[in-house]
Amino acid sequence: MFLEQLINGITLGSIYAIVALGYTLVFGVLDIINMAHGEIFMFGAFVGLLIVSKAGAPLPVAFLGAVVVTAAMGLLLERFALRPLRTRRGASHLASMISTIGVSILLENVAHKIFGSGNHLFETPFAEISFTIGPVTVYLVQVVILLISLFLMVGLALWLSRTRAGKALRATAENLVTAGLLGVDTNRMITATVVIASAMGGIAGVLVGMAFSYINNQMGLSMGLKGLAIIIFGGMGSVYGAMAGGLILGLSETFMVAYGSSGYRDAIAFFLIIVILLLKPQGLFGQAPAEARR
Amino acid sequence: MKRNVRLFAVVACALFAFVFMGAEKAKPAAKPKGEPIQAKIGVISIITGQGAAYGEAITNGIKLARDEVNAKGEVLIDLKVEDSSGKQEQALAAAQKLINSEKVVAIIGPTLSNEMFAAGPEANASGVPIMGTSTTAKGIPQIGKFVFRNSMPESQAIPASVGHAVKKYNIKKVALLYGNDDAFTKSGFDTMKEVAEKLKLNIVTIQEFQKGQADYKAQLTKIASLKPDAVLCSALYNEGGVILAQARKMGLKVPFVGGNGFNSPKVIEIAKEAAEGLIVATPWFGDKNDPKVKEFVAKYEKAYGKKPDQFAAQAYDAFYIMTNALKSAGTADRTKLRDALAATKDFQGVVGKFSFDAGRDVVMTPSVLIVKDGKFAIFN
Repeated sequence: MFLEQLINGITLGSIYAIVALGYTLVFGVLDIINMAHGEIFMFGAFVGLLIVSKAGAPLPVAFLGAVVVTAAMGLLLERFALRPLRTRRGASHLASMISTIGVSILLENVAHKIFGSGNHLFETPFAEISFTIGPVTVYLVQVVILLISLFLMVGLALWLSRTRAGKALRATAENLVTAGLLGVDTNRMITATVVIASAMGGIAGVLVGMAFSYINNQMGLSMGLKGLAIIIFGGMGSVYGAMAGGLILGLSETFMVAYGSSGYRDAIAFFLIIVILLLKPQGLFGQAPAEARR
Repeated sequence: MKRNVRLFAVVACALFAFVFMGAEKAKPAAKPKGEPIQAKIGVISIITGQGAAYGEAITNGIKLARDEVNAKGEVLIDLKVEDSSGKQEQALAAAQKLINSEKVVAIIGPTLSNEMFAAGPEANASGVPIMGTSTTAKGIPQIGKFVFRNSMPESQAIPASVGHAVKKYNIKKVALLYGNDDAFTKSGFDTMKEVAEKLKLNIVTIQEFQKGQADYKAQLTKIASLKPDAVLCSALYNEGGVILAQARKMGLKVPFVGGNGFNSPKVIEIAKEAAEGLIVATPWFGDKNDPKVKEFVAKYEKAYGKKPDQFAAQAYDAFYIMTNALKSAGTADRTKLRDALAATKDFQGVVGKFSFDAGRDVVMTPSVLIVKDGKFAIFN
C-alpha cells in the first residue's frame, strides 16, 4: 500500500505544483496574486473535456486547445482587468487582486451557464493505460503528470535564468520603471507572463481531468486555494518552491489519509504549512526580499 | 419576559383552537350521509427560490391526487397553496394564515424539516393536523400529536439496504466512507455505523472526505488494502458517482451500499458503468411492476410532461392518506381527522404499503434496488 499511496501523493502533488507555478510566475513579476488563476485552470479542463470526450480528438489536440483558450483568457485578463489598473496613478496593488477576484466569480458563473453544475466525466482511452511493477499498478497518466510538471518547472527556471526574454522579465519584476527606461517593453513582458501562467493553468486542467476522471465548475476555487497556500509555503515567486511545496502538500495529504485519519487531511496539511512558515517565514525557497522574486 | 410572551401565545393559540373546533363541529354534524364531505386543505410548499424544484414536484403530486379524489365525489377538497420559500419564518406565517384566516381542516407540508420545526408547533398548538411529505429529520412527529409525516427517514431505509446486501453477499467485513462536512451525509453515516454494529459486522476502517473533493484515491487505496467485503458509503450523488468511478478504476470491485444521497439516476449518469452493482434502499421506485405505480407515472407524465420523483409520489400518497382519513372521520373536523389519520393502517399507495406507528411516524418497507444494465432494478 505504501508504494501505491506514494504514487497517489506524487500525482496529486505534481498537479498542485503546476497550478502553483502559474501563481508564482504572475506574483513574481506583477507582485499581485491572480485570484482568477483557479478558474482559468477550470476552463482549461473543460476545453480539454470538450475536445477529448465530445469531439473525440486525440489528447495532444486537447492540450493544444486548452493552452490556446487559456492563453487567450490570460491575454484578456491582462488587457482588461490588470493593465487599466496598472497604468492608473495611485491605484493600490490590492485593486488588481480585487479585480481578479471579480474575474474569477465571472468565470465560475460563465462556466456554470455553459457547462452546467455537477461532475462531468472526462473520458479518454489514454487514462486507462496502466502497467504493473511488482504488486503496484501504475497508470501512464500518473507518470506523464509527473514528467510534465518537472518539465515545466525546469523549463521555466531555465527560461527565466538563461534567456534574454527571461532576463527582461526579471528586470521587469525588479523594477518596472527602470526596466522600461532600459528599453524593456514592460507591457509586453507582463502580458507574456500572464499568458504563460494561464496556459500552464490550462495544461494543469487537462491533467486533472485525466488523473481524476471528473471535473466540475467549482474545482477552480479549491485547487486555487491549495495553489495559493503552496506558493506562500514554497516561497513567493520561487519556481522550485512551487514544485517542492506542491509535492509536499500532495504527499502529506495522501499519507495523512493512509496512516492517519482522513478527517484531518486538510488540517494536517495546513498545520504543516504553518509550522514551516514559523520556522522559515519567507517560505521554503524564499530569499531575502530584494532577491525573492524570481 | 420572553417566556411570558411565548406562554401567552401558546395559551392564545389553544383558546383559538377551541373556538374553531367548536365552530367546525357545529356545521357538518347536520349533514345527511351520502353527500360529499367538503373541506379546505392547506398546502405549504416551496414555490419560489432555492428548492422550488422540490416544491413543484410536491404540489404537482398533490394537485393530481386532488383532481382524482374530487372527480370521485366522495369528498370535495378545496386546496389552499401557500409559498414558504424554504424559510422558517415564512412557513410559520403561512401556517398561521392557513389555520386562522383560511380555517383549513388540515395542512400538507411544509417541504423542509427546518420549516416543519417552525410550522409544526403552531399547527399542533392550534389542533390542526399537519403532515410533512418530505421531512425526514429526526424528531418531526415528536413535535406533538397533531404532527405527522409520510416520508421515510433514512434511519429506516439504510437498515433495509445494508441488511439485504449482507444476507445476499455474506458480508462480514465492511469499510465505511462518508462526507464529514454535510449534516445529511453525516447522519446517513451514523445510521450505517449503527446498523453495521447491530449486524455484528467487522468495520475495518472509517474514511472521510469533503464536499467537492476531486481525488478519492488515497481513501480508496486504503480501503482496498484492507480487503473489505463491501463498502458502505454515505455521499451525495455528485461525490458518490465520482467515488464509484475511481473505486472501480483502481480495482476495488466489492459491492457498494449507498445512503439516500445515492438514490438518484444522476449517480448512473456520472459514474456510467462503474455504477453497476450499487445498492440503495428507497421508498419510491418509479419502474416498479405494480399497476398502481404505472398508472400514477403515466398520469403524472401526461399532466406535467416529466416523470414523477420521490417528492411527487410521497405528496400524492399524502393527499390520499389525508382524504381517506377524512372519509373515515365522516366530517371535516380537525380533531376527528387527527384521530382518523393516526389510525391509518396498511394504506396501499404508489410509494408502498403505509401505516403510522403509535408515534405518528412512518411504518413501511422500502424497496431495495441495485443498479443493473445502467438502470435501477429491484434487488432480490
